[in-house]
Order: sequence, then structure tokens, then C-alpha cells
Amino acid sequence: MTAAVSKPNNAIDAVGLTKIYGSGNTEVVAMRDATMHVSQGEVVALLGPSGSGKSTFLTSVGLINSPTCGQISIGGRLIQDGETAHVNLRSFRRQHIGFIFQKSNLIPFLSAVENIQIAMELNGESKRAARQRALTLMDYLGVADRADNLPSMLSGGQQQRVAVARAIANQPSVILADEPTAALDGHRGRQVMELFAKVAHEQGAGVIVVTHDHRALDVFDTIYEMEDGLLRQQSSHSLAAQSQAD
Amino acid sequence: MNLATKDIRHNLGRFALTAVGIGMLLMVVMGMGGIYRGVVEDATLLIDNVGADLWIVQRDTRGPFAELSRVSSNLVYRAKAIPGVQTSREFVYHTIQRQRGGTPVRIAVLGLSCPTDRGEWIPLTAGRPLGQAHFEMIVDRTLGMPVGEQLTLGKETYTVVGITSNMISSGGDGLAFFTIADAQAIQFETPGEAVRLERAARESRGEDFELAIQQPMILDNAFRPSAQLPGVARPQVSAVVVTLLHGTDVESVAETISGWGDVSVFTATEQRELLLKGSVEKVRRQIGLFRVLLTVIAAIIMALILYTLTLDKIHSIALLKLIGAPNSVILGLILQQALILGFVGYGIAYLLGQQLFPKFPRRVILADSDLLQLAAIVLGISVLSSFLGIWKAMKVSPNEALS
Repeated sequence: MTAAVSKPNNAIDAVGLTKIYGSGNTEVVAMRDATMHVSQGEVVALLGPSGSGKSTFLTSVGLINSPTCGQISIGGRLIQDGETAHVNLRSFRRQHIGFIFQKSNLIPFLSAVENIQIAMELNGESKRAARQRALTLMDYLGVADRADNLPSMLSGGQQQRVAVARAIANQPSVILADEPTAALDGHRGRQVMELFAKVAHEQGAGVIVVTHDHRALDVFDTIYEMEDGLLRQQSSHSLAAQSQAD
Repeated sequence: MNLATKDIRHNLGRFALTAVGIGMLLMVVMGMGGIYRGVVEDATLLIDNVGADLWIVQRDTRGPFAELSRVSSNLVYRAKAIPGVQTSREFVYHTIQRQRGGTPVRIAVLGLSCPTDRGEWIPLTAGRPLGQAHFEMIVDRTLGMPVGEQLTLGKETYTVVGITSNMISSGGDGLAFFTIADAQAIQFETPGEAVRLERAARESRGEDFELAIQQPMILDNAFRPSAQLPGVARPQVSAVVVTLLHGTDVESVAETISGWGDVSVFTATEQRELLLKGSVEKVRRQIGLFRVLLTVIAAIIMALILYTLTLDKIHSIALLKLIGAPNSVILGLILQQALILGFVGYGIAYLLGQQLFPKFPRRVILADSDLLQLAAIVLGISVLSSFLGIWKAMKVSPNEALS
């Protein structure tokens, strides 16, 4: 196993992550010894074919699935060591991690603004302040006029922008996105990618985006590729950033 | 933000239909409780209204409400002679079924000891108490007879002079109050041909009787009505009801009467108990058991509905977990919906019941204590039935939001 290396100014330190499903004849190794360091303000693309283990890696870093072994540190703090969690994961996710998925994943019985508001209210924000910030974010993302519409009344692009607003509402230190532009056209997709980069730089968040969209790769600071559960860095771009941080 | 009400608002039509369904089910549970109360109330109503301290009935019987009881009418005078007795009255009670307007009508006939008792104690909604010794009656409104209607029973025609309400026998039949003499005439009504045959038989027996040979007037007397024959007893009554002077010890008077070999005596409380544990008991238990079954069924149905409602939003629950909602938020969502469903269902049950129960053929009494008890049961059911949904929600992995 790779030794744990985490730095306080790193948003994410995933070290030696391995995930094994099943046992014996049914054993499947979905991810092997995956290591990734993401600095604050860094935007990372994770490429790879379907079934390569990208989502497994993302859900492990997102503290949704425990890795079989390996360590995850966020903001320099060890959160998960193998299957042992050192914090209340759900509470930690609420405060520090924002998620965006291929499908917008909005709560169908809440309006667009309420979908953003709920994330902040769960985090202890007052209803009034949460609504105000939600409206500001919607305005920022160009969907303020659909604030009171239910998700079913929004287009795919509008839903995705609301999901982005929800993900960044609590100003998380980590943003994880799983093919967020799959439902969007090229122009909208690029806009979303640029938005991630902007948020990452403005908020100092570490962003990992799983994507198949090669048209917007120039937005990313670092590109990783995953194949058969193995993670490897593709670009030297992030190494420069890492050395600068060091 | 109240997620429960947001979800309800989003699925208002379905929630409303579900609440109406639950409400109707609870209305049946409520109604069964009301019917149970009605049966008990109807059974004991007469005993409570007659206001007797003691009931003197045929020896070793349980009184006119439980079985056939016959005592001599002169028992009234024996009872009156006991120190401490204030009044002693004949009580005649029996049920008849006659045709009225082509449909069968069942009437619980009750004799009033007129002129002592003209039915002044009966709560009238129209008309007046009995004014004469014969051919008048006071009827319960369930019999559907207006004041002034005439009803022929046997050889006589009786006129409705008063209407009362909620005067029902333990069997659910409406009561009709007559004078004792009329009630007995109705009970012992004999067709003319039967009277003639009886007189002929009497004469035939008399012709062989030595005394009749010596005293021919005896055979003449045999043709007179039975009530006018000195050797034939007056018709018997169902019971004799006794009221005591204030301060008289009921037990000691009852002990005196129980020493008489031809009768049994019960206090009003004992008569009430006999009725509840006798003729009403099986109905009471049946309704009680049915009510329990309905309550269990309501609980199961509510649990299934809440489970289904939870399954419908399982993706949202997974998503809430994913974005870090604590269990209390998810638990609150399901529990609040269960409580709202229970509360709205109970309200619908009550409102529907208020409209429908008065149309039932027997009284449905919604006692405050029963309503409170049902409210507590609904609260319990709501909480318990939400457990299945909560259990499912707690098991959901945030991963399901990604699928």
C-alpha cells in the first residue's frame, strides 16, 4: 500500500485506494491502489471507458462508498482509512463536499430554489439567508427566472445548472462531478466546465470531474485516466501546479 | 423547510385520495365503536328511564328483558305493603310484529301503570302523555308513526298521541307505550272463534261437573269473558317495579322480597348487569372483536400506504442522504406524513360519520371517550405504521441516488 501523504493545502489526498467487491470466485477488483492529490483551486478531469472504475473512485473520494483499503484525507485531515471512518461521513459530506451527477438529481417535490436552499438549511443556514443565497446563485447561473418552477418544468440544461448551484451552495472544499455535461449540448457543457474552474479558483475548492467530453479538456488543470481500476496521470500540467504549491 | 408538506403538496391528489380512503376506514372503526355504544345504551335505556329501585320478576328468571317472566298482578299490593316502598307498579313488556302499510313492523310494547303512570317521564318530541285508560299510545320516532295515526292491533284501534325518540329495545325495536290493560290485551289477544270455542269447552266441562248440576248459574257464568270470572285469575304481568322512599336501604327490601317463594328480585344495577352480560353480551363482544380487527386492518393498510409512499420517494431520500441530510430529517419526513395522514383521515372519518351515522337503522353513539380513544389509537397506528417506511428509508444507500 502507498504511504499516506497529505498536505494541509491539498483539497483531496486519496492514497492507495482499492475497492474489491465480492469474494472468492465472484471477487471483482474495481479499483487498485489509486492515488490522487488535488490542490485547493485545482480542477481535475478523470477520463476512462465505462466500467473502468471512475465512479467507484469518485464515490470513494465522496465518502459514499468505503474503499476496501487506502486513505482519504480532505483539507489535510484524515477522514477515511480503509473501511474505518474518522468522522461522521454524512455530516462531513454535507459541510465539505458538493456533488453533481450525469442526471441532474433534483428532488422532484421541491422547486428549483428550494432544491438549492435545502442543502444550505441542512447545513444550519437560516431559511431566509439560504433562500437569498440560492436566488443569488441562480441569478449567477442564469436560471433565476425559473426559481419557483419544479424540476419537471425545467429543461435538462436548466436542471443541471440548478444542481451545480446546489453543489456549490455551501462553498464546499471539494466538488465531485460525474459526467455533468452528458445531458447538455457542447456549448452548455463547456459553460458548466468553465463554471467549475471559476468556482474552484474563486472558492479554493478541489474539483474532480469525470467526463467523456474531450472538447473541454483545456479547462482542466490536471487530467487522470482510469482503466481496469488503475489510475494514472496523463498531463504534466498538475505536476507544475503541485511543485508550485510545494 | 418542511419536506413532508412539500411532498404532500406536490402529490396532493394522490394524498387526498389516500386520506379519504383512510378516513372511510377509520369511519367504519369509529362507527363500530358507536354501534357498540348504541347497543349498550339502548339495552339499558329503559331500565335507566323507568327509574325503579327494584325489579320483582318470576322466580328463577332473569326478568322481562332477558326471558319470559310472568308474575301475578296482585304482587303490586304485596310489594306496596313492605315498609320503605314508595311506589309499586305493574310492568308489561313484550315484542310484537305486525304489518303496517304492507311492510312488517316490530314494536316493543311496554305497559304503563295508568293512571299512576301516564308516561310523564318519557321525553316527548311531539304530542302528549297518555290521557285515557285505553286506546292511546306513545311511540318512538323510529316506528315512523306521526301523532294522530291509528294502528289496529287485535280487535282494537290505538291512536298515537305522543312521539318520543331514542326509546329502543335491546333488540333494536322501537318502543310503544300503552296502558297496562291495553298492553295485556295486545299480548293475550284471542280471536273471536277461539273465545267461542273456549266457552263451549268450558260449558261442556261444566255439564259433567257435579257443582254445575247443582248450581246452573255456574254454566251461565262460563259464557262470560275470562276477566269477569271470579275463578279465573287476572292476566299476569311481566314484572313489578318498585321505587323506595328516600333513605331506605335497597338491600334490606330486596332481602325481604327474595324471601317470597314465587318471585326473584333484582336491584336496578343487577338488572342492568344481567342485561349487559346476557342478551347484549354476544353482540357486544362481536362488535368489540370486529372493531379490534378493523383497527388492525387499518394499521396494516396505513403501514402499506406509508411504505408505498416511501418507496415512491426513495430516490429523493437517497439524494437527501447523499447531500448529507441527517437521519432525523428523513425520519421526520416520513413520520410527519404518517401523522398528517392519520390526522386528516381521522377528521374525514369524523365529518363523514356525522353525516352518515344518523341515517343508520340503529343508534350510533359517538361518545367523547371513544373519540379520544380512537384518536389515540390513530396516533399510535400512524407512528407504528410509519416504522416500515422509516426502516426502508434508513436502509437506503446514498448510492441509489446515482443509479
